[in-house]
Amino acid sequence: MSTMTFGRAINTGLRKAMEHDSKVVLIGEDIGKLGGVFRITDELQKDFGAHRVIDAPLAESAILGTAVGMAYRGYRPVCEIQFDGFIYPAFNQIVSQVAKLHYRTQGRVKMPLTIRVPFGGGIGAAEHHSESPEAYFMHTSGLRVISVSNPQDAFAMIQQAIACDDPVLFFEPKRRYHVKGEVDEEVDLGSFSLEQARVEIPGEDVTLVAYGALVQVAKDAALAAREEGISVEVIDLRSLSPLDFATLEASVRKTGRLVITHEAAMTGGLGAEVAASITERCFYHLEHAPVRVTGFDIPYPPAKMEHHHLPDLDRILDGVDRVLGRTNSLSGLEGN
Amino acid sequence: MRSVSGENLVQLLTPEGTRVAGPYGEWVADIDGARLQGLYEDMVVVRRIDQEATALQRQGELALWPPLLGQEAAQIGSGRALRKDDFVFSSYRENGVAYCRGADYTDMIRVWRGNAPSGWDPYEINMATPQVIIGAQTLHATGYAMATKLDGADSVAVAYFGDGATSQGDVNEAMVFAASFQAPVVFFCQNNQWAISEPVTLQAQRDIADRAPGFGIPSLRVDGNDVLACMAVTREALERARNGGGPSFIEAVTYRMGPHTTADDPTRYRDPNELEDWKRRDPIDRLGKLLEAEGLLAGDFTDRVNAKADEAAGQLRQGCVTLPEPGELDVFNNVYTTQHSVLERQRDHYSRYLASFEAAGGGTQ
Repeated sequence: MSTMTFGRAINTGLRKAMEHDSKVVLIGEDIGKLGGVFRITDELQKDFGAHRVIDAPLAESAILGTAVGMAYRGYRPVCEIQFDGFIYPAFNQIVSQVAKLHYRTQGRVKMPLTIRVPFGGGIGAAEHHSESPEAYFMHTSGLRVISVSNPQDAFAMIQQAIACDDPVLFFEPKRRYHVKGEVDEEVDLGSFSLEQARVEIPGEDVTLVAYGALVQVAKDAALAAREEGISVEVIDLRSLSPLDFATLEASVRKTGRLVITHEAAMTGGLGAEVAASITERCFYHLEHAPVRVTGFDIPYPPAKMEHHHLPDLDRILDGVDRVLGRTNSLSGLEGN
Repeated sequence: MRSVSGENLVQLLTPEGTRVAGPYGEWVADIDGARLQGLYEDMVVVRRIDQEATALQRQGELALWPPLLGQEAAQIGSGRALRKDDFVFSSYRENGVAYCRGADYTDMIRVWRGNAPSGWDPYEINMATPQVIIGAQTLHATGYAMATKLDGADSVAVAYFGDGATSQGDVNEAMVFAASFQAPVVFFCQNNQWAISEPVTLQAQRDIADRAPGFGIPSLRVDGNDVLACMAVTREALERARNGGGPSFIEAVTYRMGPHTTADDPTRYRDPNELEDWKRRDPIDRLGKLLEAEGLLAGDFTDRVNAKADEAAGQLRQGCVTLPEPGELDVFNNVYTTQHSVLERQRDHYSRYLASFEAAGGGTQ
């Protein structure tokens, strides 16, 4: 057991994956000599060589497209998209090729790619550096979508994602890269399923669902709520596609109240899918309509304004109050 | 119309059927006699298959077919230069290359009939499933070549694409990567003059082959209707790649004698004189003239070739009309390599829905 940062945990997981399987090849901008702009691939080129840790020319579509070709030849590419906002040039290759080739070739060709994406805001960055594009990929069949929230999960699940024969979008909450946590490097990877959420804090009154950077905020909110006698169950989704409905349903059947929070815009976001699906599956257990606490339907705002956009502890607690039928900021409005 | 003849076009067989000497002649010095007849047979059979598929579409047996009529020499010439362990990444029009790779006729039309998302097994014939996203395959070929280099193997990846594709970002990005990594990839561009209704002059203000040197990739133009020249330049490019010399670009100047697909009507945008012009440069005619001059087009040979063509067409037709209908739940197959819990639930629910029609007196939940 050791203490390491989130970023170092991913680095260690990547290292293990590369040691384990010589077909694992990393490709991305600045990942080699520099070790990545967030140092996530630090020292890997030095240790594994430039042929396995490839500094790519500045072209995201080509990073993904050549990875498709490498996969055709039996390699297991791990692509890094430098920042969330730069994934869009690669969108065509991801959605039209990576996601569909296994289906299109009736299972003959596998696309065991892992696409690592630092995502989310809260770092005071310039535009296009704080996006949350996960919904586009969750909506695309053929892809698996993961978002880890802590170093232990990061260490284990990056390895699971790489070992998985399906293509995996691996969203890393960049504002957590520096956060330290305990990592057991000998942990049994099999206990880190790519399809399971985790109950971070058990509770009885409200189910609070989050992923990525907001898991910590959700946990803080749960602790604050406890002081007012409200028991909040915090669930870290971890897998965005597929969503772990078994865990979610078990929780909502117990609490009857659901709050989902994410940085991404409200409309068509993951919260919409969770809310609709849980309403379908658990309607007669619900005491209140599901509540979503999310970013607004706006482009990600400039640094000095991002705190309005990003759900924080207080906004989440406002949502918890709403779902409990307690006084909240929308009391008297729209049936609240 | 951009220059289709002249100084910078590699040619070894004129439209009149004369075999001409040239620096590239060395590369196909071994192609005489039976080998010449073999190439003729390939082109005749491929044209016949293409015409049969077009007929099947008109008869409602195929939803769509993209004809390669006129491009036989470019595809057979280059296709027959490849080694078995080379790997092809093509567009949707390279059924002539698929023929060279040994694709089953039924596999060629499976996707066009709509019975399955693809036809052949890519690893059986070392040819990727055809690509409909224009130009995307050039990146796949480059990546495959990069991986081949990692393996230390000397096989080559060949990307086939058209003139229109060269406007796509992916094709240009592929050349950047191919050059930077000196990937063993051949970019084989069939400039058939048209991208649906858009003439090549809309895509390029210079010869398409002029782009590649800007990326650091050796490039040439070849008469795409000259099967010998196409084979020669492809052989050279393959050897360059195998010997660590990196990528090459070949612009095969040819003509799409048919429509873009059976859903297209070229009379709406093409001058009919143009087609007549290109008929005089037909790839099969000119080889036929050469064979005749060399006494290789004797009766029993042409009989054999026509019989083979008829047999191929018959097999294609038979394979097409007897294709089994897909299973009801096949739509759910192969989305993932493993179970995906949300999808499995959808499959289960749809299965129950279908079953509800079988329940006597209407379905119940």
